[in-house]
Amino acid sequence: MTDSPDRSRRDALKCLGFGAGTVFTLSGGVLCATDLALAAARPPGAARAPFFVQISDSHIGFSRDANPDVNVTLEETIGLANALNPDFAIHTGDITHLSRPAEFDLAAQLLKGLNASELHTVPGEHDVTDGTGAEYFARYGAASANRGWYSFDARGAHFVALVNVMDFKAGGLGGLGADQIAWLKDDLAHRPASTPVVVFAHMPLWTIYAPWGWGTGDADQAFALLRRFGSVTVLNGHIHQIVQKVEGNMVFHTARSTAFPQPAAGDGPGPGPLSVPRADLARMLGLTGVTVARHTKLSDATLG
Amino acid sequence: MLLRTLLLALAFSTAALAQDATVTIRNFDFSPMDVTVSAGSTVTWKNLDGEPHTVTSTDGIFRSGALDQDQSFSFKFDRPGVYKYLCTIHPRMTGSVTVK
Repeated sequence: MTDSPDRSRRDALKCLGFGAGTVFTLSGGVLCATDLALAAARPPGAARAPFFVQISDSHIGFSRDANPDVNVTLEETIGLANALNPDFAIHTGDITHLSRPAEFDLAAQLLKGLNASELHTVPGEHDVTDGTGAEYFARYGAASANRGWYSFDARGAHFVALVNVMDFKAGGLGGLGADQIAWLKDDLAHRPASTPVVVFAHMPLWTIYAPWGWGTGDADQAFALLRRFGSVTVLNGHIHQIVQKVEGNMVFHTARSTAFPQPAAGDGPGPGPLSVPRADLARMLGLTGVTVARHTKLSDATLG
Repeated sequence: MLLRTLLLALAFSTAALAQDATVTIRNFDFSPMDVTVSAGSTVTWKNLDGEPHTVTSTDGIFRSGALDQDQSFSFKFDRPGVYKYLCTIHPRMTGSVTVK
C-alpha cells in the first residue's frame, strides 16, 4: 500500500462526511463503515455487498419501555444484514441483557437467522454478570479457547477480537489486562504494516466520556502496538449510538444497538435505556456495514 | 463509677446488635454509598433503576449477579472489616460496607 498518509486521511475523512446510509468508495484498503438504520431503505448504488456487518447490543431479555420487542428489532436487523449479503458478521457484545441461560438460548436461535457464513462475537458487560462469563463462554468461547480474545484473517485483512469487560477496576473504565496485551503484541508482531487491521471490542477503546465509563483504561498500550499499521479500523458498541473519529491511520467507530438507544454523553444520571416515541425508534437502531471498496495494486516492470 | 461505666458499655453493645441496613440503587448510585453495620447484620440492596446493576465485592466475598429493576440482593456480614464493592456493569458505581 503506497498511498501517502495525507491521502489516506483525506479519504477516511471523506468516509465520515456522509450521513448514515451512504455507500462510498475508498482506495488504499482503508475500511469504510456505513451505518444503516432499520428505517433506512437500502441505499442506491449498494450493489457491492459489504465485506462484513457489525451488529451490537441486542440485549435479549430486555422488555421495558424503551423497547418491549428487542427480539423483533434483532430479527429486523438480521433481515437488513441478509439483504446486504455480507461475507460474515461480527457482534460486539451485550448479546443478552442479564446473562441468563434462557436469554443466550433465545439470542442464539435468533442469530441463526443470519445467512452470513460466520458470526464472530465478543462479550459485553451484560453478558458476563455471572462473574466468570460461564454462560457466554459455553456458547461462544470456542474461537478463543475460552480466553475471550482471538484473531482471524479474511480477504487479506487481519481481525482482532478484544475483551474489555472482564478486567474492571472499581471506579474505572473497561480494561484489557496485561495477558491480553501481551497476546496482542505477539499476534501483531510479524504482520506487515500494510495489512488492514480491524479491531473490535465491546466498550469503546478510546475515551468518549469517562464519567459514564465510556472508555478503556489501558487501551493506549494496545494502540502503541497498532500505530505502525497503515489502516486500523476500531469497531465498538456499548454506547448504543454512533460516535466516531479519525486519528492518523486509525478510524474509530461505535455502532447503534439493535435494541434501544441511550442518551448522549452526560445527558441524564447515567447510560440507561432511552425511551423515544415508537415511530422514532427504528431510525435509532441498526447495524454497520464495512466495505473495502478498492485496493490499489501496483506492479513494477523492468526493461529487461 | 466503674459499674456505671460497665453498664453503659453493655447498653451500647446491646443497642449495636444486628442493625440491618438497606442500600438503594437509584440513578446509577448506591445510596448510601458507605454504610456501617455491626457484625451479624444483613445488608439488602434494592435496584430501582431501569438499568440492571450488580453488587460485587472487590475481594470476591459476595456477588449479586445482574439485578433487574426492583430485584434485591442481601448479604449477612459476620466479620468486622471494610468491604468495598462495585457494579460490574457500571464500574464507576462503588460503595462500601463497614462492619464493626
